[in-house]
Amino acid sequence: MEIISILLDAALAYLGAGIGAGIAAIGAGMGIGRIGGSALESMARQPEAIGDIRASMIVAAALVEGAAFFGIIVCLLIVLMR
Amino acid sequence: MVLRFSFNYICSRKIRRYKIPVSMMLNNRLHKAFKPFFLLISLAFLTSGSLLASEHSDVSTTDSTEVEALHEAANPHHEEESEAFNAGDMIMHHVMDAYDIHLMDIGDHSVSIPLPVILYSVDDGLSIFLSSAFHHGHATKNRYVLDHGHIYRLGENNPHANETEHLVTTEALSLGYSEQSWGGLFAGEAGSFVDLSITKTVAGILITVVLMFLIFFRVAKSYKGGADKAPKGFQALMETLILFIRDEIAKPSIGHKYERFMPFLLTIFFFIWIANLLGLIPFIGGFNVTGNIAVTMVLALFTFVLTTVNGNKTYWGHIFATPGVPGWLLPLMIPIELLGVFTKPLVLCLRLFANITAGHIIILSFMSLIFIFADIYGAGAGYGASIVSLLFGVFMNVMELLVAFLQAYVFTLLSALYFGSAVEDHH
Repeated sequence: MEIISILLDAALAYLGAGIGAGIAAIGAGMGIGRIGGSALESMARQPEAIGDIRASMIVAAALVEGAAFFGIIVCLLIVLMR
Repeated sequence: MVLRFSFNYICSRKIRRYKIPVSMMLNNRLHKAFKPFFLLISLAFLTSGSLLASEHSDVSTTDSTEVEALHEAANPHHEEESEAFNAGDMIMHHVMDAYDIHLMDIGDHSVSIPLPVILYSVDDGLSIFLSSAFHHGHATKNRYVLDHGHIYRLGENNPHANETEHLVTTEALSLGYSEQSWGGLFAGEAGSFVDLSITKTVAGILITVVLMFLIFFRVAKSYKGGADKAPKGFQALMETLILFIRDEIAKPSIGHKYERFMPFLLTIFFFIWIANLLGLIPFIGGFNVTGNIAVTMVLALFTFVLTTVNGNKTYWGHIFATPGVPGWLLPLMIPIELLGVFTKPLVLCLRLFANITAGHIIILSFMSLIFIFADIYGAGAGYGASIVSLLFGVFMNVMELLVAFLQAYVFTLLSALYFGSAVEDHH
């Protein structure tokens, strides 16, 4: 464990923050991609429900994005608050 | 196609009798289409101009190091000017609360609107004064001192206790101070004080409240003339939104008892929307009302208190005796459900806070890219980066307009859903 004792705690924290932000972005991308995909499919199946589906898609995307933002804010606080 | 359509429109209506030449009418219609683009582009240039002006003092001092050294020797308390541009500090300064509304920096001098500072201490009672008395941290007032956005009280025996200019706050604080503490106030500890000031966030809340009063008293007055008149103008816009909340959010989520919760849902929707929009307006000092976790926590607390107070037997039955769950699983389900009662409002709070703060931070980061490039590669790179940064900045600002509405809608919708589950009839 000499490497870790050489690295400052701050450096490990920055590493954790960077990786965490990346994983949060992956999570958001996957979630919203699935929402968009199934929304488009269902719009193609039933064009007269396009308005309702579009509204539901945007709401669901906002909720999923909220979850991703928790991760982003935590990582940002690690970097900016030292 | 626009020309042909408008020609048909003019021919089919009785406008011909006014004898206005058709070509002039068509030009007016094309001109009107360009207005939004003009506004967008002028907004982009004005935004960039204001940000460049406010950060001018940081960029210019990195060029002349000799002048810097003399400057430092003459004014030892102006250390912050000789540092390179610090993006983290700039972003934090814009996102966090402050005791004045900082509009811009003209050269050395910062232009800001001071806000009232209201402090109550055990020793001296109530002190009310404008935050300009602190001279941006270079003066004490009634033994209070402002250091990096926080107010401290110097001890009685502190030699700096009454300095009114050229105060070095770190020196004064190292000789003893006390921080704000409610516990200390109630315990009667000497030297403790509490901070009840009108800070920038509180001023933002008050501005939002005043705007809401103006809008809704005006709309309410137009209904006094009789409910039969067709709504027009501003009243029509507000009515559309209010009916949208009633028919798309309240009725489907709550059911037939929706009227009890309508005032709260309407208030919270418009408060969050207007507060979000207030944070997006440039040049007025950058309010960050909903980006303050204390504000969103109070809003979520309202939802939590309302659901708990209005919960009926079915609601509590779902938590403590979830239907369809075998008896041996209940000791696991009850803590989970109880945790859910608390995490649902907490998640409401965090979602709004994180979305709005993240939006502000992204826009500020794009703008600070300009100054970061200028620091590393010189002024030319700064100008070059400003083109891309401005485009992304304007795009993010427009996206934040959508997010402002969407977050208000999601908060209201989820509150309505929680109310609905609290007053659900047994079926």
